[in-house]
Amino acid sequence: MASALLAIIILAPIAGALTILFIPEKEDVIIKSTAAFFTFISLAASVAAYFMYDVAKGGMQLVLEIPWVNEFGIKFSLGVDGISLPLILLTSIVIFTGVFASWDMQHRIKEFFIFLLVLVSGVFGVFASRDLFFFYLFFEVAVIPMYILIGVWGSTRKEYAAMKLTLYLLVGSAFVLIGAIAMFLYGADPVKGLGYRTFDIASLAQVQFDPAFQKFAFFLMMIGFGFLVPMWPLHTWSPDGHVAAPTAVSMLHAGVLMKLGGYGLIRVGLACFPEGAHYWAPLIATLCCVNATYGAFVAMVQKDLKFVIGYSSVSHMGYVLLGISAMNAVGIDGAVAQMFAHGIMTALFFAIVGNIYNKAHTRMIAEFGGLAHQMPRVAYSFLIAGLASLGLPGLYNFVAEFAIFMGAIQVYPVRAFISVFAIVITAIYVLRVMMRVFFGPRNPRWDDLKDARGVEIVPFIILSGTLILFGVFPDLLMNMIDNGVVPLAEKLATFKMGGIF
Amino acid sequence: MLELAWLIPIFPLIAYTLIIFLTKKSKSISVAVALAGIVASLVISIGVLVETIQKGITMAEPFEVAVKWLRLSAIDKYTGLNIDMGILIDPLSAVMMFVVTSIATLVIIYSVGYMHGDPGFSRYFAYMSLFAFSMLLLVIANNFFEMFFGWELVGLCSYLLIGFWFEKPSAAKAANKAFITNRWGDFGFMLGIILLYINFGTFNFGEISRIIGDGASGVGAAILTLISLLIFAGPMAKSAQFPLHVWLPDAMEGPTPVSSILHAATMVAAGVYLLARGFVLFNESTETLLFIAYIGGITAFIAASFALVQRDIKRILAYSTLSQLGYMVMVIGVGSITAGMFHLTTHAFFKCMLFLGAGSVIHAVHTQDIFEMGGLSKKMPITTWTFIIGALALAGIFPLSGFWSKDEILLATHQAGFTGLYWLATLVAGMTAFYMFRLIFIAFFGEKRTDHHAHESSPWMTVPLIILAFFAVFSGWGLVKMGYGSMVFFGHPHHGEINLGIALISTVFALGGIVLAWLIYYRKIVDTDLMKQRFRPIYNLLWNKLYIDEIYEWLFDKVMLGVAWLCNQCDRKVVDGIADGLGDTVRHTGGWMRFMQTGSLQNYALVIFGAIVIIVLLMATPVLGGVIR
Repeated sequence: MASALLAIIILAPIAGALTILFIPEKEDVIIKSTAAFFTFISLAASVAAYFMYDVAKGGMQLVLEIPWVNEFGIKFSLGVDGISLPLILLTSIVIFTGVFASWDMQHRIKEFFIFLLVLVSGVFGVFASRDLFFFYLFFEVAVIPMYILIGVWGSTRKEYAAMKLTLYLLVGSAFVLIGAIAMFLYGADPVKGLGYRTFDIASLAQVQFDPAFQKFAFFLMMIGFGFLVPMWPLHTWSPDGHVAAPTAVSMLHAGVLMKLGGYGLIRVGLACFPEGAHYWAPLIATLCCVNATYGAFVAMVQKDLKFVIGYSSVSHMGYVLLGISAMNAVGIDGAVAQMFAHGIMTALFFAIVGNIYNKAHTRMIAEFGGLAHQMPRVAYSFLIAGLASLGLPGLYNFVAEFAIFMGAIQVYPVRAFISVFAIVITAIYVLRVMMRVFFGPRNPRWDDLKDARGVEIVPFIILSGTLILFGVFPDLLMNMIDNGVVPLAEKLATFKMGGIF
Repeated sequence: MLELAWLIPIFPLIAYTLIIFLTKKSKSISVAVALAGIVASLVISIGVLVETIQKGITMAEPFEVAVKWLRLSAIDKYTGLNIDMGILIDPLSAVMMFVVTSIATLVIIYSVGYMHGDPGFSRYFAYMSLFAFSMLLLVIANNFFEMFFGWELVGLCSYLLIGFWFEKPSAAKAANKAFITNRWGDFGFMLGIILLYINFGTFNFGEISRIIGDGASGVGAAILTLISLLIFAGPMAKSAQFPLHVWLPDAMEGPTPVSSILHAATMVAAGVYLLARGFVLFNESTETLLFIAYIGGITAFIAASFALVQRDIKRILAYSTLSQLGYMVMVIGVGSITAGMFHLTTHAFFKCMLFLGAGSVIHAVHTQDIFEMGGLSKKMPITTWTFIIGALALAGIFPLSGFWSKDEILLATHQAGFTGLYWLATLVAGMTAFYMFRLIFIAFFGEKRTDHHAHESSPWMTVPLIILAFFAVFSGWGLVKMGYGSMVFFGHPHHGEINLGIALISTVFALGGIVLAWLIYYRKIVDTDLMKQRFRPIYNLLWNKLYIDEIYEWLFDKVMLGVAWLCNQCDRKVVDGIADGLGDTVRHTGGWMRFMQTGSLQNYALVIFGAIVIIVLLMATPVLGGVIR
């Protein structure tokens, strides 16, 4: 049972997609319920995995291994540790709530849910894979449906955004692919490497790659995963993509897909190339402090609600990179925690904006005002997401950011200082949006807008509840993350190299 | 009782949760829940205070309990993160908790009358409970991190309550301003505690003072100054010190009881409390102390001068709060947390009362402009007399509470050798008396200036006023008798004797201020309009509060938004432009290359033939290594 758990998490959405295939298009409630049911299986299995994971023991657990192509050492091997398990939990929460957030979809819902479920299964696969080949394969499984989902069900320049996003992600993954093949060949080398062919990430991480190779390979990983995170200036696909995507896809996209970049950078980049990472870290630290402040500044002058949130993601993902670039336990702990926290927070944001957009058919901030009169629940949810975004204690984002700053300031004091300044700008743009959209006198134009009710509030409750739960009791998750990060941090402390600057 | 102290913040939190999730629909049950929560906290606070005195718990040997909250590993030379949530009971926190819970209780009772009929009635009491929780968490905290936690939640609650009537754009704006101004302070505060942790390895107040006391911290003087200055940014914003004071006068947009609790016990007091709590750290850096003292002194003077010309009753009180906070900060800067906390305590009672009194007036006449009131003393006797008591206490007239604490401040400043600040503070005492009695003579005496139908407020509102008046009269003398100086102190107990000279001078100034106000606004010996004309530039400067708000607004509009606009342009035009440009290049290249894929067979045949000819020629050319000779 234990070893099959991860397979269940990955395959449940696929099973759901196959089931939906046989449901007639017009039975939309059944289609949605089926999607909800199968994503719930993933959610339940993830929660079970959370409880079954033994933190005291640490390391890779819930392992499953099936040989696939023996000549190349490709194995379908799954397992989770303290870094990947929280992200699997994140994915399952976001997709489950995402299904509810797309409850009022009308157009071609059958295909929509099929693609959505295939996509999420790919994401689960990336986080659960211990094999580099499958890591890559699942990643591609996640990217392709995204193109269709945005291109068909999107809004606002959807074809442009879908194309842009897909191209960016594919270019990024090309870099990763080159890096992965180089690693594989180096690993198979009988003298310098292991002497046998394998894609197993843990085995490859044991190879002592020579420094020149590490510089080269980490650079590829940094650019490749940097596209995903996204690292400035490789980020412009993300606001466009977020804006164009339908609600559930935005949630998944900003909530989870961007985390693949941070996760890959930690799992493959840091773990396999500690010295290369040390070499490039100062560059990452510099770029990410541009991310954090510049992203926040850009968010301040956006007119479209979704663009505000899109750029806020750019800003917050900068913190993830900052934590990674610190290369110490606290910083990476914070980075992983921030991926989780930002994922939940941004999913909440997109669920709210989606809800408003569905009813008001506009997202322009200037057209709103006084919406708290008509939609108090939506206003409250937005407030919670906003407060999480500006790092209020009591919500999980604060814990994550605090840890990141604590880690980064010890290594890059000035750059950390500049990044911390983003919390002021964040407060400004979040509260300005809050004021312009929800506060002010009642606007009769929106009097027929109904507050969120019924299934619509499921995402709001689950997502904000998660933020509060881990914000008040951070040890529930931080223990596990710390446990996964410590071996990595020890390795990084052992293998060092001077930075690029 | 000490073992139950952790419940003090918890009760209001429970009340908040219950109201939000269960009882929101029913107004009366919500009020009952909020009241029950805060009264329970009050009872335990009193018990804790009594036990603290009886058991002889001192500043040096506090009662402390903590639980683990977060543990992150330290690897290599980098520090981990070790955060506890705990409670720290010593005379400082015990007195402060009593002040907070008692004032919160009275304000909540008062609010029942004041908020009667408001559509957001239950929501209001929920926020008030959360406010009390946050402040109590901050007070009871045993480490800087926990304090920051409460600190930020206090900021959130002030945002929610100032913007309580969110339909008013001015209220929404004021709420934003309060939160964002405080955010600037929090930015410094957070950096400060992070650096503190990196250098000391702990957030715990006791451990930090032990490390500093042992002199073995190994932390450089420059770093300590940096840390303490960064942390001071927090109190500067929260206790509204110049130049981060701009949010407090605007905070008037909330319901009046909110202003009352905000100015007395829960929000602005937090900054002063932090200075007292972390004094061991500030004490390590003379530069920081000097900075604190002068910032306090400047705030006290500037705010008092603004108050001289305001017309809005709440604004006058707001600037008076600013000025008094300046006093507290200044005296902590000169080295006496005893005087600072003493004044915080007495000020909390009489300022709370003054605001509630103002609320009672506004409730009755529906205006905040004192020049539209007049002659209220006959219609509202209880409000008037409690207000006068409050004003006398604020002016520092013997034997009311303000006299004792203000005297402590002046004495401490004088003894520490800050003669300039001492005279400045004495002058401010005179100004305070003047503007308070200007308000009283205009609003409560004289003829009715407009056709208002004032009436005394309901007992829900007057009873808290009377209770607070009792404290305003006796708390100063009472605390001196209780030996406050030997309870709350830093280093050595401070046994302040009343210095007759200083007491006399300050009393002369205060009485002078009152008499002047009486002459000008009651006897009308000079024409105030004429004065206004003659000193037009100064009047304008004060009326417009030195144009500081305008300057900030300009900075925000031009600098912050300018940078944002620039970043946006850069993103859309440059970064995205390059990316799209790359894409276009590829597409154009493709379009250009397309001429080869014409689809017509003849063309392909021609190309193939041409290629064959070229290859044959190449192979035939000896220079290129051809084989045909």
